Amino acid sequence: MSQTILSLLLEATLETIYMVVMASVIAAALGLPLGVLLYVTRKGNILEKNWLHRSLGSLVNMTRSIPFIILMVAIIPFTRLIVGTSIGTNAAIVPLALAAIPFIARIVDSALIEIHKGLIESALAMGATPWQIILKVLLPEAFPSIINGLTLTVVTLVGYSAMAGAVGGGGLGDMAIRYGYERFNLSVMIITIVIMLLLVQGIQFIGDALVKKFSLFRK
Amino acid sequence: MIILRNISKAYHAQAKSIEALRDINLHVAPGEIFGIIGKSGAGKSTLIRCVNLLEKPTQGQVIVHGEELTALPLADLRKARRKIGMIFQYFNLLSTRTVYDNIAFPLELAGLKKSARAAIIDPLLELTGLSDKKNAFPAQLSGGQKQRVAIARALAPQPHVLLCDEATSALDPETTHSILQLLKNIRDRMNVTILLITHEMSVIKACCDRVGILEQGHLIEDNEVGEFFAYPKTEIAKNFIFSSLPQTLPPAISQYLLPTATSDTHPVLRLRFLPDTATQPIISQLINQFGLGINILQGNVEYVKKHAMGVMLVAVSGEKNALHSGMQHLKNIGVDAEVIGHVPNDIIPFT
Repeated sequence: MSQTILSLLLEATLETIYMVVMASVIAAALGLPLGVLLYVTRKGNILEKNWLHRSLGSLVNMTRSIPFIILMVAIIPFTRLIVGTSIGTNAAIVPLALAAIPFIARIVDSALIEIHKGLIESALAMGATPWQIILKVLLPEAFPSIINGLTLTVVTLVGYSAMAGAVGGGGLGDMAIRYGYERFNLSVMIITIVIMLLLVQGIQFIGDALVKKFSLFRK
Repeated sequence: MIILRNISKAYHAQAKSIEALRDINLHVAPGEIFGIIGKSGAGKSTLIRCVNLLEKPTQGQVIVHGEELTALPLADLRKARRKIGMIFQYFNLLSTRTVYDNIAFPLELAGLKKSARAAIIDPLLELTGLSDKKNAFPAQLSGGQKQRVAIARALAPQPHVLLCDEATSALDPETTHSILQLLKNIRDRMNVTILLITHEMSVIKACCDRVGILEQGHLIEDNEVGEFFAYPKTEIAKNFIFSSLPQTLPPAISQYLLPTATSDTHPVLRLRFLPDTATQPIISQLINQFGLGINILQGNVEYVKKHAMGVMLVAVSGEKNALHSGMQHLKNIGVDAEVIGHVPNDIIPFT
């Protein structure tokens, strides 16, 4: 294998990592509050707002039901508005993050649902404000499940990022299609797959380790 | 102290409206331990949650420590709630915090500086016997220890009032006893007013000064505990009083129990005496005055404060008429007597 291919592979790997990390950070920053909002506005909860809960719920479901490859193409004008271009690694981050936001929101919501309602009740009885309940009760109690869900999201994003690559987003997917598939370079194909596999393994390992670290007190 | 005035609570589910509480009036004096007993679904949980307005009553006033909570805006209500401690059946501890940090939680909510917390928490750890568990997580504790943490947490903001929502229902009898002792101890040392709800008479017996019975949303009885046991006003009250005593026969006898009398059976009586009759020599009266033979199958006498009360199961032999007048006599002196079945002669012989 030539020196050029190797350096291309390295570059592609870094691009994939960059896309996934950026998209994950943005998606977490927006998906987490959205998930909390979904949860607290539900009927019978601390900030019950039925109309808000329902509209957020439908919005989340709608975005989640669009296949990623279509979402990516459909939001090209939006992507252009934000990053100024619709091709390249930075442009790929927009649809990746957008696809992951509702995913994370649902994960956070369902992690919070698992929390025993009595904890909220006792915090209310102690005079806690909704904000205090979110920060000091809900998020810490749901932390391991949220980390679990985030790991799942990041792994999914690795897969999605390969798709983004196929339409000019760069990264390992791009490399696999252009060199491996179109130029019949089997070894490039295999190497990209192995790198992705290692990436996913690594992410899962870190996720599991974090969950374990923060679940010790649960035994 | 706690005053509930004309509290009603109705839930609206679809087209139906369910009245959980109907016109409750309650007065808990400062430093008193007031127990409310009722079956499940009687409205106990709703009632205790109306005190700190976790449930908003549909009607009526709630006054705690001289402050009318029902008239307060939300921000002030939150402040008032800090002075109303509450403990729950399933403890509701934060699993991610240590014992110490759980107790610190309400202080943190109130904005007390970290350095000022230890002076409050350490004595509470001492009081609840948790000093050596300070750094343990709730998952490492037993049920009784968890409830002790919850109690310490409830006491941290130095509340005037402590609400106990079935606080011992998830605990075994021994642990229940120690938790109730702790509650009494807290009342004595800190002069905290305690309102508790329970479905177990033994809890009332063990630690309450006053007792109320909640039945289908009505407070049907409200009395000093000794008086309550001596002179229960309602049938429901009587049933609750005796519910804490064993009053069924052991299987070895009960399996032979017949619903109707035959020529070779003896009736089995269940005698229930309240405090003012428990000390009378009723067995010897039955034998001497009515010529009856008495065979005691099971007996239980308990003392509440200075009052004795009990349940006794006896097989009786003798003339039908004598038995009849004997039972009449028991009724006259205030002993509840009831034939619960008939036992064959060869199981319980009288000769």
